[in-house]
Amino acid sequence: MSVLEMNHIKKSFDGNEILKDISFKVDEGDVISIIGPSGSGKSTLLRCATFLETIDDGELSYLGEQVVGSQDGKAVYGEKAKIKKAMECFGLVFQNFNLFPHYSVLKNIIDAPIRVQKRKKEEVISEARELLKKMGLEGREDAYPCQLSGGQQQRVSIARALALKPKILFFDEPTSALDPELTIEILKVIKELAKEKMTMVIVTHEMDFAKNVSSKMIFMDKGLIVEETTPEEMFNSTNKRTMEFLGKYKNVK
Amino acid sequence: MNIIDIILQLADGMMVTIMIFVLTLIFSIPLGLVVTTGRMSKNPLIRTIVKVYISIMRGTPLMLQLLVVYYGPYYLFKCKLSPEYRGIAVIIGFSINYAAYFAEIFRSGISSMPVGQYEAAKILGYNKIQTFFFIILPQVIKRILPAITNEVITLVKDTSLAFSIAYAEMFSGAKALAAAEKSMLPFVAAAIFYYVFNFAVATIMELFEEKLNYYDI
Repeated sequence: MSVLEMNHIKKSFDGNEILKDISFKVDEGDVISIIGPSGSGKSTLLRCATFLETIDDGELSYLGEQVVGSQDGKAVYGEKAKIKKAMECFGLVFQNFNLFPHYSVLKNIIDAPIRVQKRKKEEVISEARELLKKMGLEGREDAYPCQLSGGQQQRVSIARALALKPKILFFDEPTSALDPELTIEILKVIKELAKEKMTMVIVTHEMDFAKNVSSKMIFMDKGLIVEETTPEEMFNSTNKRTMEFLGKYKNVK
Repeated sequence: MNIIDIILQLADGMMVTIMIFVLTLIFSIPLGLVVTTGRMSKNPLIRTIVKVYISIMRGTPLMLQLLVVYYGPYYLFKCKLSPEYRGIAVIIGFSINYAAYFAEIFRSGISSMPVGQYEAAKILGYNKIQTFFFIILPQVIKRILPAITNEVITLVKDTSLAFSIAYAEMFSGAKALAAAEKSMLPFVAAAIFYYVFNFAVATIMELFEEKLNYYDI
């Protein structure tokens, strides 16, 4: 059973087709990197999968449960309870963190598990401290987001997402707002999660990292999936567009 | 009569002024939140009605609004006005007027919030009400506090407009006393009272602002 399955996803903004016909699935333990030029629809795809945008047409399932179906060329969303259940399956790490600035680091992490999932406070706090330790943020639980570096903020936001125990974690260009040094901090954390068999979908421009960490890579261009394969094959692809995109990257190196 | 005597004589009126001030804040701030909700509603009819309401409240003098609230029921519905209604009319008039101003301040604060905060809350599973009261509103309050302080200080001085429907707050007392004593001193006492009152208000609001300085947006 797939954790996530998307079939024939279409999405336009003001008549501008951003996603033309996207199908892919994520199995448990998969680490999938989505690469591609800006404007290719990578982020929109994640935003459709996470209900931040509504799909125009196509099907979306989480853990084998269909949440969005397709009828007469239009997407039909399931009832609220179904969507809510689907939304509990995943976490999302944003490009610009979106931490709650008025909450301390600890409160950022524990508030949703306590308020939304109604879990026991003591239990959630001790789990949050474990997560902070894992993120290398021991002792920073009383700090506020504005007192942290970008890399630290992003690590808090990863901890915040993990605290809800998602089945799958999405990353929307998690390092694009960070300098190279801080980028490495985050990539290390994601690599660590991959080792623990966390199911992840990562939209990224970090090619080396994507090659390194992914079990599968997806190359998107102009709203379509050009290629979907293992990192080795992706980097040795004979597809013209893939070669062009990755070739430009290799040239810089 | 020296200034101390005058202040003592005006003490009852001062209590009334403070009461108008406090009650107006108690009613107009929550009402302002409701008005903002209407002003930002997805329903165009509700939005338009609220827009017209705000436009009238901001576009006509508060004194005139007080007169309408007080005499309106009599002229429109031939209701007999009880003496208690005078005080109620003052509070209603001030509250609906200030709610309109507060609503616009709230709206500016709410629409200045980055959409990422809503998105993060949605992804974490907060429902709309939780998102508003726990994530958005606390940050909005920090953003709008200086504007609120301005409005609250204006309210202190505006309480004197209650005299237009002959409600015996401090300023009407001061005017009567000035006429009876043929003296400027009651006005001096009134000025001191307003100044001290506003000084206290400004100090308290500053404390609030400092309290919210523990984080940057």
